[in-house]
Amino acid sequence: MGLSGFEVSIERPTNGGGLATEDMTLSMGPQHPSTHGVLRFVVRADGEVMKEAIPDIGYLHRSIEKIAEKVGWHGFIPYTDRVDYVAAMFCNHAWGMAAEKLGGIEVPKRGEYCRVIADEFCRIMSHLISVGSMAMDIGAFTPFNHAIREREYINDLMEELCGARLTFHYMRIGGVGWDLPPGWSEKAVAFLDRFEPLIDEFDDLISFNKIFTERLVNVAVITPEEAIDYNLVGPNLRGSGVKYDVRKDEPYSIYRDVEFDVPVGRGELGTLGDCFDRYIVRMREMRESCRIIRQCLKQIPDGPVIAKVPRNFKPPAGDTYVRVESARGDQGWYVVSDGTAFPYRCRIRTGSFTAISMIQKVSRNLMLADLIAVIASFDLVAPEIDR
Amino acid sequence: MALDAAAIHTALRARFGEIIGDVAGTGTNASASVPPDRIHEVCAFAKTDPALGFDCLSNLSGVDYPKKSAIQVVYHLFSYKHRHHFVLKVDAVRDDPVVQTVSDLWSTADWNEREVFDLLGVRFSGHADLRRILMPEDWPGHPLRKDFVEPEEYHGIPTSRESLLKA
Amino acid sequence: MSLINSAPEMALTTKVDDLLNWTRKSSIWYMMFGLACCAIEMMQAGCPRGDLERFGMAPRASPRVSDVIIVSGTLTLKMALRTKVLYDQMPEPRYAVSMGSCANCGGLFQLAYSVCDGVDRVIPVDVYVPGCPPRPEALIEGLNKLQEKIQQEKWIVRKTEPVGVRA
Repeated sequence: MGLSGFEVSIERPTNGGGLATEDMTLSMGPQHPSTHGVLRFVVRADGEVMKEAIPDIGYLHRSIEKIAEKVGWHGFIPYTDRVDYVAAMFCNHAWGMAAEKLGGIEVPKRGEYCRVIADEFCRIMSHLISVGSMAMDIGAFTPFNHAIREREYINDLMEELCGARLTFHYMRIGGVGWDLPPGWSEKAVAFLDRFEPLIDEFDDLISFNKIFTERLVNVAVITPEEAIDYNLVGPNLRGSGVKYDVRKDEPYSIYRDVEFDVPVGRGELGTLGDCFDRYIVRMREMRESCRIIRQCLKQIPDGPVIAKVPRNFKPPAGDTYVRVESARGDQGWYVVSDGTAFPYRCRIRTGSFTAISMIQKVSRNLMLADLIAVIASFDLVAPEIDR
Repeated sequence: MALDAAAIHTALRARFGEIIGDVAGTGTNASASVPPDRIHEVCAFAKTDPALGFDCLSNLSGVDYPKKSAIQVVYHLFSYKHRHHFVLKVDAVRDDPVVQTVSDLWSTADWNEREVFDLLGVRFSGHADLRRILMPEDWPGHPLRKDFVEPEEYHGIPTSRESLLKA
Repeated sequence: MSLINSAPEMALTTKVDDLLNWTRKSSIWYMMFGLACCAIEMMQAGCPRGDLERFGMAPRASPRVSDVIIVSGTLTLKMALRTKVLYDQMPEPRYAVSMGSCANCGGLFQLAYSVCDGVDRVIPVDVYVPGCPPRPEALIEGLNKLQEKIQQEKWIVRKTEPVGVRA
C-alpha cells in the first residue's frame, strides 16, 4: 500500500462540543538544509497531509538574461555556467550552438567530440549529485558521501581539462577552449573502468532497498499526458514513459555517430510515472553516458578544436531556438541578435522551471515527507528556475 | 506524421485566412505572426487539430522592441505526436501590452506568462493569477525593458558598489 | 556582577581564556546557508575529501544552534532581507564567513539589477574567502583563519588595560 492516494476526512464538530480545527500554513522557507537551493514553499497542511504546496521562487534571480545584453557574445560564456552550475557544460554548449547558428560557423570535428565528452562527464556529475541528494533528503546520509566521492574524481579530470572544478567556461563560440591534455584519455578510461562497477554497488545498496522504495513507489504519479501538458522534460518526462531525447530524436553535434540507448520508465515497482521511475531513469542514464564517453574517446579524430571566430563577433540579425539535452532535460535557448556585438535577447527555458510549476498540482493530498521526495525526484536546482 | 513548416502554415492560413502573417525563417525557426487578440483561437486550433497536434508549448518568451514600439511574445510549439515544430509571434503595443492567455490550453503557459508579465509588463487577459514571480512583490518597474533604470536602493540596501580597482 | 571582561591580565586568567577559546574553536557548528554555486563547494568541503568534521565542524540547518553562518553564493535583494532575519536569530557569540566573490562584493553579478552587492551590506562579516567558487581547501583555510581569530578573543580578561594611576 503506497503512501499517496491517502484520502483524509476529518470531522469538524462545531456545535456539539469539541474543538474546531483549521489548516496550518507553513513556510518551508528559502533557507533549508537541502542541495536544491533557495526555494520556498507555502504549504497549507491539515496535520501531516497537505492540501497544497505553492512554490515561491525568485530568491536566486540573478538577471542573467539581462546581463547577456551588456557583456557581448564571448563575454557571456561564464554567465552560462551559472545558469545551471551542477551541470555547467550543457549551458556553455547551448550558447555556443546558438551563436554558431546565427553566425554560420562550423565547429571542427575534434571540437565537437571534445564537447560531447565534456557534456557526458557533466551528465554523470549532475546525476551523482541528484541521486546522492535524493537519498540524503529521504534520510540516508551515506549514499551522498559515496556519490560525492566519485564526483571528486570527475572534478579532478575536469580540472586537468579546463582548470575549473565547477563553473567550467570550457566551450567557446566555434569549439572548445583547450584540447584534451596528453594522458587525459587514459585517465578518463581508468576512471570509467572504476566507476561502472560502482553504479552496480550503488544499486545494490540503495536503489532496491525496501525503505527507499517504500518512500518513492506510487508517490506523485504523473501520467504522460500531464507531463507533456506541463512541458516536463528530460528524466522527468522519460520517467512517465514518453520516449523522447533530443540527442536521439533531433541529434545535434556528433550524437548521430555514437550508439546509446535512452532509458524510459517502465513502472517496474509501482505505477508508471512515480518518483521511483524518475530516479531509476537517472541511474540508467549514467551507464549510457559511460558508453558514449568510451566510444567518443576511441573515435575522436585529430585536428583543430576551434574554428576561427573574430574577437569582435557580430552575427547577422535574426533569431534562433536551440535545444540541448542537459542533465535536467532539454534546455531551450531562444537567442535574438540585432547584428551588433551584443546579443539582443536571450531567453532560457529550463527543465527545473517547468517541473516546479507542477508541484502545486502534484502535492495535493500528499504527506509533508512526500513533498521532499517529489522535489528530489524532479531534480530541481534553484539557478535553473530563477536564472 | 511530421509536416514541414510550409504545410503547417498552409493549414493555419486555410483556417484563419490573412490574419496569419507570411512565413519567416526556415526549418525549426519558421514563424508566422498572429494578432494579439486572436492568439487563443489560433493556438486552440493548433492544439486540437489532428494533423497539427501541437500538444506542447516548448517556450514562451517576450522580447522588447522599442524601435518598433512593440513587445513581441514568441510561442515555440512542438508536437510529441508528430514531431514537428512551429513558431508563432505576437506583437503587442508597447504602451499598453495586452495579449490573450493560452494557459487554459497548455498548463505550462501559466508560469511562463507570469514571468513575461513580471519582467516586461505584458498583461495576459484571462489569466487566473497574474502576479510577479521572480522579482519581489513591491519591485518598481519591469526590468527586462530596454529603458529600465535600476533603482538606487531597495529597502535601505544600496544596489551598486563602487569598485576598489579605481585608482 | 558579571565575570565577562572583568579580570586583569594575569597568567591564570589568560590561561582560562585560552582554554575557553580552545574548546570553542574546536567545535564550530556552521549553518549551511548555501545559496548558489559556492554551496556545492561547501558541501564538498564537508564530504570525504575535504573533511570538515575532523576540525569538529558539523553542518546545522537551524540558525538557533549554530556558531557561524557561511554565506555561500549570490545574495539577491529578495534574499538579503531574510538573511538579516536569520543572522539575528543566531545566539551570540556568532560569526559570519562570506564565501565566494558574489557574497564578498557581488562578484560577476555586479551588473545585475536584482543582486545585493556583498553580504556585508546586511550582516557584519568576519572572514572573506575569495574565489569563484573557492576550492574546498580555500574554505577550510578560511575557517582555520576564523579559528585563529576565535583563539585571540578575551572573555575573562579585560579588553583594554585600565589607565594607570594619574599623577
